Amino acid sequence: MYNFDVVKPTRIADAVKELSDSTESQPLGGGQTLIPTLKQRLASPDKLVSLSAIDEMRGVCTGEDGSICVGGATNHATVAAEAGGYPALAATAAHIGDPAVRNRGTIGGSLANNDPSACYPAAALGSGATIKTNAREIAADDYFQGMFATALDEGEIITEVRFPVPDKANYQKFVQPASRFALVGVFVAKYADGVRVAITGASNDGVFRWTEAEAALSSNFSADAIVGLSLSGDNMISDLHGTGDYRAHLCAVMTKRAVTAAA
Amino acid sequence: MPKDGGIGASSKRREDVRFLTGAGNYTDDINIRGQAYVHFLRSDIAHGTIKSIDTAAAARMPGVVRVFTGADFEGVGGMPCGWQVTDRHGQPMQEPAHPILAQGKVRHVGEPVAAVVADTAEQARDAAEAIVLDIDELPAVVDMKAALESGATKVHDDLNDNLCYDWGFVEENKDAVNKAFEDAAHVTSLELVNNRLVANPMEPRVAVGDYAKGTDDSTLYTTSQNPHVIRLLMGAFVLGIPEHKLRVVAPDVGGGFGTKIFHYQEEAFCTFAAKACNRPVKWTSSRTEAFISDAHGRDHVTKIELALDADNNFTAIRTETHANMGAYLSTFAPSIPTWLHGTLMAGNYKTPLIYVNVKAVFTNTVPVDAYRGAGRPEATFQLERVVDKAARELGVDPIALRRQNFITEFPYATPVAVEYDTGDYHGTMDKLEEMGDFAGFAARRSESEKNGKLRGLGVNCYIEACGIAPSNLVGQLGARAGLYESATVRVNATGGLVVMTGSHSHGQGHETSFAQVVAEMIGIDENMVEIVHGDTANTPMGMGTYGSRSIAVGGSAMVRATEKIINKAKKIASHLLEASEADIELKDGAFSVAGTDKSVAWGDVTLAAYVPHNYPLEDIEPGLEETAFYDPANFTYPSGAYACEVEVDPDTGKVTIERFAAADDFGNIINPMIVTGQVHGGIAQGIGQALLENCAYDENGQLLSASYMDYAMPRADDLPMFAVDHSSQTPCTHNPLGVKGCGEAGAIGSPPAVVNAVVDALQSAGTDVTHIDMPLSPDRVWEAMNG
Repeated sequence: MYNFDVVKPTRIADAVKELSDSTESQPLGGGQTLIPTLKQRLASPDKLVSLSAIDEMRGVCTGEDGSICVGGATNHATVAAEAGGYPALAATAAHIGDPAVRNRGTIGGSLANNDPSACYPAAALGSGATIKTNAREIAADDYFQGMFATALDEGEIITEVRFPVPDKANYQKFVQPASRFALVGVFVAKYADGVRVAITGASNDGVFRWTEAEAALSSNFSADAIVGLSLSGDNMISDLHGTGDYRAHLCAVMTKRAVTAAA
Repeated sequence: MPKDGGIGASSKRREDVRFLTGAGNYTDDINIRGQAYVHFLRSDIAHGTIKSIDTAAAARMPGVVRVFTGADFEGVGGMPCGWQVTDRHGQPMQEPAHPILAQGKVRHVGEPVAAVVADTAEQARDAAEAIVLDIDELPAVVDMKAALESGATKVHDDLNDNLCYDWGFVEENKDAVNKAFEDAAHVTSLELVNNRLVANPMEPRVAVGDYAKGTDDSTLYTTSQNPHVIRLLMGAFVLGIPEHKLRVVAPDVGGGFGTKIFHYQEEAFCTFAAKACNRPVKWTSSRTEAFISDAHGRDHVTKIELALDADNNFTAIRTETHANMGAYLSTFAPSIPTWLHGTLMAGNYKTPLIYVNVKAVFTNTVPVDAYRGAGRPEATFQLERVVDKAARELGVDPIALRRQNFITEFPYATPVAVEYDTGDYHGTMDKLEEMGDFAGFAARRSESEKNGKLRGLGVNCYIEACGIAPSNLVGQLGARAGLYESATVRVNATGGLVVMTGSHSHGQGHETSFAQVVAEMIGIDENMVEIVHGDTANTPMGMGTYGSRSIAVGGSAMVRATEKIINKAKKIASHLLEASEADIELKDGAFSVAGTDKSVAWGDVTLAAYVPHNYPLEDIEPGLEETAFYDPANFTYPSGAYACEVEVDPDTGKVTIERFAAADDFGNIINPMIVTGQVHGGIAQGIGQALLENCAYDENGQLLSASYMDYAMPRADDLPMFAVDHSSQTPCTHNPLGVKGCGEAGAIGSPPAVVNAVVDALQSAGTDVTHIDMPLSPDRVWEAMNG
């Protein structure tokens, strides 16, 4: 890694200021992607602004509308332990990476990075979550903009993520054997106004909603409802671990399993 | 009754105390005052001509001591190859030059092109980034068959082509084998890939070179399985340092699996640079560097054919293999697909006629050499796959077909030049059938099917050849080294012993099991015996540890040296007891006169040897120290039978191993617990090869699986509990301990069991899948089912 400075502000406003002071500064969430990137000398920020000492960005609570609110700097282990009000979200967090990752990695870091194989983007999009930043609130449907691309502006920090709690939900992850990221991960959530299905790991465009399955499941929330539905493998990731067609097939398999597990 | 110490006892591994408490002394723990650090600039291009290397800016960077390029090594020897294979036509293999730093061309991603020595590792790395490297990219040679087409781009311009050798074994049998195929009632053929692997020992390679100007002595600390071999190769062939001015130390080593046998450029560089810079020079490999510079394993593409007569007796085997050598010949690379592979092609079966053809090919990839099993897993895999396929084609039980063709009389001379001394293949298969509960398989299969899963059972046998020997034979086969082992036993005045062995422990537990042998022979407590290894300055010339040879060859040398000690001690005892030497007996650590109650303790005899006041000085010298070199008469031949039961999820293609049983015959056992551990580790690696590990290059010679993000190592939750048994014991007939070796068995025996099981599962669902190439990753299995 190259040399850089680290600052550890305790208030959101200070973090925002630190980030705006320099164009070469970068926010540091849990560092589960950024630190390995730095070690490989693939990035050279002059300053890292750690978000881990900002108390107002940590912890899980229940909002007035009953939604589960997760502070942007909350690590996965905490969500797993404390988001019991939304069991599918807690279970998703409990299976991200390994214990070391779960005790370092944060929800804000994961969503800001938007790795196309990460779990949290599926949970956020599948729940229709609201991503709160220091500047605004962004609906999940507007937030994810392709592989590693989001609606965040330079220097904008995710301070909180609000998850409306569904009637039923489940996340099914089929792991890539080496990294154990999602080769395909499907988050299904049934709300009063319809079902959402968000898929990670599969598409060249990052996490996406399978609207055809959502429509079918909204009228019949059972695995049978999606029999015969399929996705095209054309724009799916094709690599050492599976072709686009294989991933497209897994999308349907994992969706059915998530529905069965949730129902 | 479990034994309390000595041969056959499951003594706890004494070395684990330091390994598990962070008190080990690994090469990276060695830091010498004034030490500098080297960073290697490695090619990120698979094949190209070096137009220029501009090191001027790098040389001016802070902390830089010196920048080296290939030009600094003109006149220095290249990396030597330790085995010369002679081809089908009696010609020696093509052997390219292998420079320490690239000369003129780069030939694989990861090849070191330049090296920066600096005060700190970070400074060295910073400066390496300032080197301006201009390489004209050439087409990369990756696919072996394309590499052999006429007009193919050549990896080495000064060689005729990309063919290292075209080896036929046994060439004189070729026509008879072909005739047997013409006469066969049934022929089963199979084309398969033995996937390329990266060894991935937990400890990456490290080298520290040191030079004493005052005495002109060089020292290399290195992560090696065989420090004496490194001293010989590097001293004599690379750097021209006489062995008495060169010391090589391999301290605690965190796993080798074959990849730390070989002499590497980084070792020679650090030794050379320490003298050139007059400072100790250290290199610690990153994991990324390990992927692109540690010798890889396997990488064979094979067609095997099995001929059977009308009664299902095997009549002939014919194979054609393309073996990837990579860009250069690693130290023992040519021997792996030939003498360690072709000689095992008979397996456990009395097939009378066998012909093995191997074409070794140069490609723009990392050199390939021995990896746990080395040649024997490749032989076992193809043989046990084709036998399984034959059983399916013939509609006969795969175990019955194997049993029908088992070798049952020993010694048995195979048609591929080796003679098995002992074995009991029905015995291990009987044991396996008991352990595997094959009778209950049908019920387990229906239970799986109720859950929407497919269940398969795969069985296979294996034969291994360990303790490659004897030296005069392997010399005729092209080895440029002897394959004996050595031991010096030094008894101290107060009765404790230090055994200096030429073999090397890098996880095998020699410090425990070797001590058990000596303690048993003398009848003393194991804790009175210390095992020393890994330093050329205090151990006799030895060939190191690989090929499951240590107890069979190194242990035998130790037994011989201990016998000499006992013989001399008896002379001393007979003097002290005033009895005839012929009447002296050694039991439980005391010498006694047969038929009397007169005795003298071990410690009294050892004290007399060093304080020779009452001592037969006219007949024998004082002191009690003996050395023995042991050159075995033959290989040893461990064997066994393995069974794997899998569940396959037909919706995803995911394979789960539900049961795994291994029945091995290792001859006599020194420490059953250590043997069990060796088998467990071997099976884990074999399952890794079968299901997970895939070292893959793209068409440009870029390594696609260059990190753990894409190279899947087996993890505990990928594996079931193993049922392991080694109670079937047919002792080796030609070494003093009757031992055979157990280090590689698990890695050899397990891949075919896994693949056989998956094919069985898929066929149970009515598919016509007869083979899937490893690793059997979910996508491959699903595609085989749905292709």
